Amino acid sequence: MNYLTQAIQWITDPANAAGANGVWARMAEHFLYTVVAVAVAALVAVPLGYLVGHTRRGRGVVVVTSGAARALPTLGVLTLAGLVLGIGLAAPMLALVLLAFPSILAGAYAGVEAIDPVTVDSARGLGLSGWQVLTRVEIPLGLPLLIGGIRSAFLQVVATATLAAYVGAGGLGRFLFLGLKTQDYPQMLAASLLVVALAVAFDIAFESVEWLVRRVVPSGRREASA
Amino acid sequence: MTWVLANLGLIAERSWSHLGLAVPAIVAAFALSVPIGWFAQRFRWSRAAVLSLAGLLYAIPSLPLFILLPTVIGTSVRDRLNVIAALTLYGVALMVRSVADALDAVGQEVVGAATALGYPAWRRFLGVELPLAGPILLAGLRVVAVSTISLVTVSALLGVSSLGMLFTDGFQRGIIAEVITGIVATVVLALAVDGLLVLGGQILMPWTRRTR
Repeated sequence: MNYLTQAIQWITDPANAAGANGVWARMAEHFLYTVVAVAVAALVAVPLGYLVGHTRRGRGVVVVTSGAARALPTLGVLTLAGLVLGIGLAAPMLALVLLAFPSILAGAYAGVEAIDPVTVDSARGLGLSGWQVLTRVEIPLGLPLLIGGIRSAFLQVVATATLAAYVGAGGLGRFLFLGLKTQDYPQMLAASLLVVALAVAFDIAFESVEWLVRRVVPSGRREASA
Repeated sequence: MTWVLANLGLIAERSWSHLGLAVPAIVAAFALSVPIGWFAQRFRWSRAAVLSLAGLLYAIPSLPLFILLPTVIGTSVRDRLNVIAALTLYGVALMVRSVADALDAVGQEVVGAATALGYPAWRRFLGVELPLAGPILLAGLRVVAVSTISLVTVSALLGVSSLGMLFTDGFQRGIIAEVITGIVATVVLALAVDGLLVLGGQILMPWTRRTR
């Protein structure tokens, strides 16, 4: 517990807070890595997931990809990318995008897939075109599951962005690895607490978004219509 | 390939210590999740609290947890027990929801019938509810097993021996083949354990065989 007070002292020490190597700058970097990686992954994964969900083709590929991705050790992908692409931001970004991809793909696809077929059929019966069915029925009704997918992608990436510092990038991991090298346990602990705080803040933010969406989006899912 | 052939002994040794961390964690996570999940399912008021606590636990990044945990349980950072405890926590965080969902899926009329036949509560749980919840429990356990085996590798950053050391060592010495070997070996190990779980499920629950 003594370490814990030292760690909190480390965080609150003004000497550690300011500057390009300070807590705030590293926290901002960490946040930025996470947002960029999830955004890039979403840019590809969301349209792809909608395509699979809408046409109901290629779902086997989606299931296998998201299953295999769970077994893939991110540290391995990160170090491999680090060796191939060199020290810098490219390697961790690639690893983080790859990490975020399956959850978002599965969320987009499952959101569309889980809609009651009767709902989709009646939309067709009303004369909506395929595009209109997608934009007016499937995307709005699939929103809760998509947000769930993006949420878990965010959590995984914010946690794993810590490892980016291992291949020479920035982020909160910097303090952690610095502490690891110099046996500075309070600093390691402080960095860990900051990452955990960031992750929990993300999680709570998403919980509120999901709560809002649940209130706005009408239930068109199978479980709800039974 | 030459790297692999020249280092077969090392790969085997790392795989063995990898399993030594992953298997106890998976077993402990399952053993702990069943009573916790049962509690959450049995006592409705506790369900939301237990499940969101589990979700929050899963939100804690792994490397920080490996470092934070020793201050709570009094092990050292490089202690293998510390890694096993952290992995167990993640396993419980994932598994508790599966247990609650699996027990939910057992029909109320079946539980009622067992009670009417005179089953005492604990025998009804072991003899009726648990086997009927089996397939969903197994699905949850498979997810726990695969993600635990993948997660073990992170502990190499602390200097604990596992297949993850092929990543750190390969990265520091610039041996791409070593890193690729580590990735392949981890995935193969995960798939092998997953396969064993499926096989075990079919032996323990022969009635599920026909449906697939």
